[in-house]
Amino acid sequence: MAVISLIINGKKRTINTDPQMPLLWAVRDVVGLKGTKFGCGMAQCGACTVHLNGKPIRSCITPVSSVANKKITTIEGVGSETRLHPVQQAWIEEQVPQCGYCQSGQIMSAVALLKTNPDPTDAEIDQAMSGNICRCGTYNRVRKAIHRASDLLKETALTTK
Amino acid sequence: MNRRAFLKAGSLTVSSLVIGVNSAEAGTGLVNLSEQMAGKALVSLEVSPLVILENTGKIILMAHKPEIGQGTFQSMPLIVAEELEVSLDQVEIRQAMADKKFGNMGVGGSYSVRGEWANLRKAGAAAREMLTQAAAKTWNVPVDECYAKDGKIFHKPSGKSLPYGALTEIAKTIDVPKEPKLKDAKDFRLVGKPSKRPDIPAKVTGRAKFGIDAEVPGMLYASVERAPVMQATVKSFDDTATRKMPGVRHVLKAERKMYKNTFQGVAVLADSYWAALQGRRALKIDWDNGPHAAFNSTDITTRFKELAKTDGHVDTSKGNFDEAFAGAARKLEAEYELPFAAHAPMEPQNCLASVKGDTVEIWTSTQLPDDVQKETAKYLAIPPENVTVHVMFVGGGFGRRLFLDQVMEAVYLSKQVGRPVKVVWTREDDMAGGPFRPATYSLLRAGFDAANTPVAFQHKVVAPSINDTQFGSKDPAKRQDDGAMEGLKEAPYEIPNLTYNNIFADVPVPMGWWRAVYSATTCFAHESFVDEMAHAVGQDPLAFRLNLIGKNVRMKNLLRFLRDQSGWEKPLPAGWGKGVAFWQFFAGQAGHVVYVSKTDKGVKIEKIIAAVDCGTAVNPDNVRSQIEGGTVMGLTAALKSALTFDEGRARQTNFHDYQMLRLNETPPIEVHILPSSESPIGVGEPGLPPAAPALANAVFAATGKRIRKLPFDINDLG
Repeated sequence: MAVISLIINGKKRTINTDPQMPLLWAVRDVVGLKGTKFGCGMAQCGACTVHLNGKPIRSCITPVSSVANKKITTIEGVGSETRLHPVQQAWIEEQVPQCGYCQSGQIMSAVALLKTNPDPTDAEIDQAMSGNICRCGTYNRVRKAIHRASDLLKETALTTK
Repeated sequence: MNRRAFLKAGSLTVSSLVIGVNSAEAGTGLVNLSEQMAGKALVSLEVSPLVILENTGKIILMAHKPEIGQGTFQSMPLIVAEELEVSLDQVEIRQAMADKKFGNMGVGGSYSVRGEWANLRKAGAAAREMLTQAAAKTWNVPVDECYAKDGKIFHKPSGKSLPYGALTEIAKTIDVPKEPKLKDAKDFRLVGKPSKRPDIPAKVTGRAKFGIDAEVPGMLYASVERAPVMQATVKSFDDTATRKMPGVRHVLKAERKMYKNTFQGVAVLADSYWAALQGRRALKIDWDNGPHAAFNSTDITTRFKELAKTDGHVDTSKGNFDEAFAGAARKLEAEYELPFAAHAPMEPQNCLASVKGDTVEIWTSTQLPDDVQKETAKYLAIPPENVTVHVMFVGGGFGRRLFLDQVMEAVYLSKQVGRPVKVVWTREDDMAGGPFRPATYSLLRAGFDAANTPVAFQHKVVAPSINDTQFGSKDPAKRQDDGAMEGLKEAPYEIPNLTYNNIFADVPVPMGWWRAVYSATTCFAHESFVDEMAHAVGQDPLAFRLNLIGKNVRMKNLLRFLRDQSGWEKPLPAGWGKGVAFWQFFAGQAGHVVYVSKTDKGVKIEKIIAAVDCGTAVNPDNVRSQIEGGTVMGLTAALKSALTFDEGRARQTNFHDYQMLRLNETPPIEVHILPSSESPIGVGEPGLPPAAPALANAVFAATGKRIRKLPFDINDLG
């Protein structure tokens, strides 16, 4: 057991845990943020995607000790229902989720993509999103929603200027 | 909120009108239960629990089916709201907990909307009529001068109005109409128009709570090392290393009851899931692998092929197939092989159970909340009302969560240790644990006369029985199941001499209902072979099908609609091919046209056009979603991994070797809904069966290669 400090969604959390515990279980069961999901445990499905310093990582294979004192963002830190991120807004407009279980991970991958590439092509979306499995088969809507989010981001940028 | 909590919360300030229809009872008539409520603090009218009107103005519509992604959390309350004359933003949709007052709470067979359509409308209409009468009484005016709109009753001549909340008290004194007048479809405001699902905001912010997210104070996490071979038993185990690990609290033999079978394992219970998992990995177990340690897919295929030579049970017969086939001028015969499959929902199986004395509280992702209640009660020999079932959002069902073994496992462990226990399966547990979609093997024959008209047709289906592996008898004479013939019975092709044979195949592995059940495999064989027939006589495959359809006007219309929407008759670019397939079965009916283009060694799917006849489309956008999803699941089964067995166990264990179609591999899918004012029929499953045969038929059209075994490699057709 070890005392580890995590910075999750801008807040510092100190936990006492097995340093080898994957970040996924630390976030879900120790910190108590349930939005990040368990799908495979071997970085095959993307359901557990969170951001480490803004970049998407698979929390199910990331030992918690390796991310001590680094900035972690989970789905709860992206936006809330009263302050939606444009990606979440687009997800609602395109009615993407069915069961919804994989969607936290899908959104985390999409947010990371748009951060570095605000106007991705279909090929770039393929590249960024092929690590996220959706058994309900919402892929066409995910693609449309990413394009929609890209438009929303541009509109937001214009308004802010 | 359960009934007790509702009464408690409402007893001081809230007067409620509870109305609805209990679909489980033999009669679906509306009953005034106000008598039963007499003597309680809350004076209210309860007809059944679906519609709750409070005098505060709050309108609560109960979602009495689990939301597994199919959209009933919205579509069912929407139907009530339509008749009640309220908009969806005026109501609060509340997930119901398991309770017999809700009747059948299960979701399966694409049944929810088609099964509850009439009852839901009646519930909304009855409430509307009672509120209208209450207003007329209040104003002392004729009832036909009053009408309902936007949550208010209006008096037409004077223009005055009262909100529903203000009428609740008086409405309680009015008899529930037995046959309330339903709205004319032309007056629908909500039904038939795309509307946004209220569960989606929670699902994009991480707030939606699935079974796996449930927790209670003092609970332990469990991970179970499962029998490597189906039906293996624990001889002994050594937990010395496990017990030394931090956080591990208990190690014990586990049991998991899945209908007639009970499977064994060794459970590690710990303070955290990670600790339970680490403890499990340190176990040393000596298994008795039992009689099925040699079970494997190669032998199964050989056996199925042999069985296909027999006639089994003749399920459907017209004319004289044998004679007509023997005398046919042209004959065609082919065999099709379809594999076992895993459901692989994204949320692995899990359950949190808390057994305290003779009561149990359960939180889980299930398709059958009322069965969870009944089966748990039976398992522990306690009354069903002692079992509280919290219905959580479900991270994918696909039929897997029509099985309650994950619940029984958690209940068993909680009872043994006297604490709440949350069992979470690993992906490997989920993938290899079954139950599995049955593999099927089809032998088809067709005979044509000298004018190339089909005169004889046979489809033999070799299939393991889901019912037999789950509920069946050990008596060989009773081991027959025509469930595998679903869909064939509805096949619209009229050929004068025809037989459908069902050949029972015994397997030592539990089989399960998988999205579209047997149609997921038999449609591939049937619709591919009909395509072979069309090509054998040099006819356009779609026109050939149209010519073969007799009395089934609905399917004929669907195929014509698909032809027109897909641009079937337009010329194709060089190197392209197109394929068609369609299917009608218990869940509903749909069809696909797939366009492919030739690549170096394979094909690329250019686009897919799907058409569905679902009767009235309650929420057309959600109908499209379901057909898109069914199509993707059909393509996944056609192109990705088979579930195979070796040495008595499933060989595939996770998404690396049991692969899913991914975003970069998914073609554009257009969904067209046949305009219809018929009652709704299913949409959850019908999008699946025709997708694979339409694709394989397109592959043949483009390349001349006929696919008779799934899955196949789209990039290398060999």
